[in-house]
Amino acid sequence: MRPQITPVLAQALALLAHAPAQVTWQVRRFLAFLAGDPQADRAVPPTGFTAWLTLFTAGAMAFLAVFAVALSLATDRLADRWGAELARTATLRLSAPEGQMQAQTQAALRILEQTPGVSEARALTPDENRQLLEPWLGPDLPLETLPIPQLIALTLDDSGGFDAAGLRARLQAEVPGAVLDDHTRWRAPLIQAAGRLRTLGIVALLLIAASTAAMITLAAQAALAANAQVIRVLRLVGARDIYIARAFVRRFTLRAAWGAAAGTVAGVIAVLLLPSADTAGGFLTGLGFQGLGWLVPPFIPLLAAVTAFAATRSAALRTLRAQS
Amino acid sequence: MIEFDGVGYGYDGRTLFSGLSMSLAPGAFHFLTGPSGAGKTTLLKLCYAELTATQGRVSLWGRDASAMDRDAVALARRRIGVVHQDCQFLDHLPVAENILLPLTVAGRQAEGEGNLRELLAWVGLSRQAVQRPPELSGGERQRAALARAVITSPDVILADEPTGNLDWEMSQRLLTLLVELNRMGKAVLIATHDLNLIRASKSMVPARILRLRDGRLQQAGADL
Repeated sequence: MRPQITPVLAQALALLAHAPAQVTWQVRRFLAFLAGDPQADRAVPPTGFTAWLTLFTAGAMAFLAVFAVALSLATDRLADRWGAELARTATLRLSAPEGQMQAQTQAALRILEQTPGVSEARALTPDENRQLLEPWLGPDLPLETLPIPQLIALTLDDSGGFDAAGLRARLQAEVPGAVLDDHTRWRAPLIQAAGRLRTLGIVALLLIAASTAAMITLAAQAALAANAQVIRVLRLVGARDIYIARAFVRRFTLRAAWGAAAGTVAGVIAVLLLPSADTAGGFLTGLGFQGLGWLVPPFIPLLAAVTAFAATRSAALRTLRAQS
Repeated sequence: MIEFDGVGYGYDGRTLFSGLSMSLAPGAFHFLTGPSGAGKTTLLKLCYAELTATQGRVSLWGRDASAMDRDAVALARRRIGVVHQDCQFLDHLPVAENILLPLTVAGRQAEGEGNLRELLAWVGLSRQAVQRPPELSGGERQRAALARAVITSPDVILADEPTGNLDWEMSQRLLTLLVELNRMGKAVLIATHDLNLIRASKSMVPARILRLRDGRLQQAGADL
């Protein structure tokens, strides 16, 4: 069933009638285009095949676009989270002969207490060491018989005053067996990977837009070819190309917008139905929209409409030129 | 309004006619006759720029038709009412909307709605207004085509065998309408084989006969 949007748009046009002409001219023109001329629209017969093709294509592409946007936003968040978490922590590993470990640990903790940018330094207990190694070496780990290094977990404050190079130099002088890992070598590839995933999301969006444009162009060309006789009659009675094109363009633009709106709603519901990140904890389960990210999906039907408008207008005017 | 200056037309290496010169001035009333295949329909198509002359120059309101862009041709066609031999309609629209189509595409539909009922009654299609063109008989289609051609009160009316599917009474009514429009200053050019129609016009209008034969245009007065 065709949506009845014309009265709503007519009201919008009436409201805009009192606004300054220079400001509202483009908006009024666009709304007038969407509101259309019912008589002019009737000049072109509805074509079921191309209508369904456009609706389906726009819907399917919008559905995929929702996931591409969700992926892009999720990788953004992931990059931020990984970056922030790793930037706020560091690890000190102490290797020392038996009998000196306790003294070296205390010395290291003393140094860390005095180090700017370190808000907390805590030596891991043997139980915590066991938990760390358990996934790799199994639960029956005779930890006391192994030369396990002492780990000290550092929590850094957000002041940015932490000087890893300075701390390393001091540790080398006072605690020679200490190795500081500020997580830089872990952080960089993870952030790079997140950045690439985000780029993939954007590329996917561009491919979706291009595919939508291509499909709608084909559908518009099919509709124009199927209506060659209609176009001939319209021309004989004095219709300009833009008049004929507008009837097709408006129809395809609205079809794409409605199809994309349906696809977007379906896509958002599908994203909402994904298991939550809190319960499953994996990256893919973190797909979704948060905060301002919710403002992005409503733009998908708008972008689909703009894509359809440009694709159909170009196809229509090109075809009409070729038919003349 | 429409002028031919040494116009020729040919296709596939064959010349249909050449050296045609004529003028459709305001108030002119012409019949175009000639044997089948002489090029009457082609000549009419040159008048509304559906075809482009291969020789000479066709001018529409002073502008060379071959140099006009599509928008200019469209605007020129709004000043020309054409009754096509094959009565081309939009089959998905009712007859009334088809008749209003020249006004619709010009954004002047409101202007014609008042005249529509009268025009439908005049061509005897009041009952068929809501029917689709494929539901009409040949004669009804021709009358609808005539109504569509005159709804805009164009400067020039071109009719290609307009009485081909009409009975004599309707042919007379059609001629009367065209003569009335001609008296209002419209130029009329009717391509026809119907000698009775031409004779009937004699008492109504000083028509000129254009005879297209052997690739040439011969002009004569109203006498046949």
